[in-house]
Amino acid sequence: MPGGLQAHYKKVMKTLRSIVCIKPVPDPKHRASFTLDPKTNTLVRQGMNEAINPLDKNALEAALQLRDKQGGEVIVVSMAPPGSKGVLKEALAMGADRLVILSDPAFAGSDTLATAHILSAGIRKLEPFDVVLCGDYTIDGGTAQVSAQIAEFLGIPNVMHIRAIEVTAENTLIVSSAIEQGAMKIEVATPVVLSVLKEINKPRYVTMMNILEAEEKEMEVWSASDLSLSEPWIGLQGSPTQMGEFTTPEKKKKAELLKGDPKEQAEILADRLHRLGFC
Amino acid sequence: MSERKQNNIWVFLEQREKRPANVGLELLGKAQRLAEPAHGKVCGVLVGHNLEPLIDQVMAYGIHELLIADHPLLEPYCNETFVKVLESAVKEHHPDAFLFGATAVGTDLAPRLAARLRTGLSAHCIDLELTEQGVVGVVPWPEGNLLGHVHCTRTRPQMATVIPGIFEMPKKTGFTGQVIPIQANLEEKDRTYRVLEITREKPRENELAGAEVVVAGGWGVGSKVDWELIKELAAVLNGAVGATRPAVDEGWAHEDQMIGQSGHSVSPQLYIGVGLSGHIHHMVGIKGAKLTVGINQDPEAAIFNHCDLGLVGDLKEIVPALIKAIKSYS
Repeated sequence: MPGGLQAHYKKVMKTLRSIVCIKPVPDPKHRASFTLDPKTNTLVRQGMNEAINPLDKNALEAALQLRDKQGGEVIVVSMAPPGSKGVLKEALAMGADRLVILSDPAFAGSDTLATAHILSAGIRKLEPFDVVLCGDYTIDGGTAQVSAQIAEFLGIPNVMHIRAIEVTAENTLIVSSAIEQGAMKIEVATPVVLSVLKEINKPRYVTMMNILEAEEKEMEVWSASDLSLSEPWIGLQGSPTQMGEFTTPEKKKKAELLKGDPKEQAEILADRLHRLGFC
Repeated sequence: MSERKQNNIWVFLEQREKRPANVGLELLGKAQRLAEPAHGKVCGVLVGHNLEPLIDQVMAYGIHELLIADHPLLEPYCNETFVKVLESAVKEHHPDAFLFGATAVGTDLAPRLAARLRTGLSAHCIDLELTEQGVVGVVPWPEGNLLGHVHCTRTRPQMATVIPGIFEMPKKTGFTGQVIPIQANLEEKDRTYRVLEITREKPRENELAGAEVVVAGGWGVGSKVDWELIKELAAVLNGAVGATRPAVDEGWAHEDQMIGQSGHSVSPQLYIGVGLSGHIHHMVGIKGAKLTVGINQDPEAAIFNHCDLGLVGDLKEIVPALIKAIKSYS
């Protein structure tokens, strides 16, 4: 499997075909209105505003910039329930050429390993490609594992924590990958999976015209059988991890609440900080 | 399966420029505390090249066994060479659990290895527990201020990444364990990318790590304009500015300023949290702080369960008054 795909890409391609993985998440702009289901301790998703995971838009922007420079195609893939179709359309409005949604009741309950398995099956169906781009993490408590695991299932290299991408030669990229207080400059051959950080770019704004144009574009929906996926690898059964019990974080302290109006409270605090030598 | 050694925990000892990263040692200490009552065994795992100078440095922490893969192709780091070596080591020795620091390398290496081994990985844990089913990863649940417990009952090893700075550094002991070499059958083609250069940057101004005073703001600050209040309060206290994930997502603060589960752990003498709920994601990063102060308009906010002092009210009134009062002492 790994050798075969690499060999396939020996054929030099002048334009870049990118696949971008995106995920719908609760819209952070509506954070204040999030409510919890007291029984399951999970977010009440019904009627909730969703958005494309912010870093996934950086991944899409990176792919669009590569297309602007090199020519080629940008295909967006998302594993999502049918209800999320609307929010995913923003990817088409941003300029993606195609949007493929992987959706099947059998995917429910998939953990990161099963999700990576499903996404890699979708990506394989879109071969050939040069670059797969993902956000480095999702804001809904994502595990930040999916990009590396997609690469493993596709049998191709991956680099995470990307802050810059440069095409240096046909089939060769130089990327900057963030490490503790620094960066690694890495040369890697395509096809490759890259997961990007927020600092890589600023996702483009979408105009009303873009939105109207996106309405014209088709979205494709692929099910488990379209991907020839079956039980042992997907859903709960294909997931080695299980979410167990939930607990409330231990109350470490009970703060002494200062008395008075805002100004009085501020003055009491400043006085205490002064006595302790902070000011 | 029943003959398998129980509670045999491996800890990946990440090294940078021939020095062990603290998080690996912190995990050794935690693994020892988990394994000892259960008669388990803790093994350190070192991967790289010319590792001799590291052996004594890590052995001092009382490891039963130190597995070492030393090969020229293991320096510098490449995820696929490391995965290949660790895959064969796991298949030979069958550890029950395998722990990694949630560092740039750990968050890259662990998921790829987990996929190769088809096993479960709980990510960015803030605590670990040992139960009948083995190691359970404790993670802040994104939805609500709760802790989730991630189990991996069917496959081994149970893998986890743990954020740095959560567990204390272990004490050195006189105990010396055994060194076991891991075979590294590597070829040049296993290195699937080439590291051209590694640069270490000077930390940004106001580096959080060494700051005596940290003023952190959250989503409740409300706007980029009001974020200036956070910066000004930090400035009058000669402190560093910290932020929660939502504040970073909003673009008010830089990624480098994030405190908590996926950001920095800080240990200042004084911490002031403004306009933040006190979600465990963030609070886990201030465990080492001495005096802690919370400012929030909701007297029931979780922040007050983590702080010594609380100020209840509109931050747009409190913070300017506080800045003015602090300035009056200078």
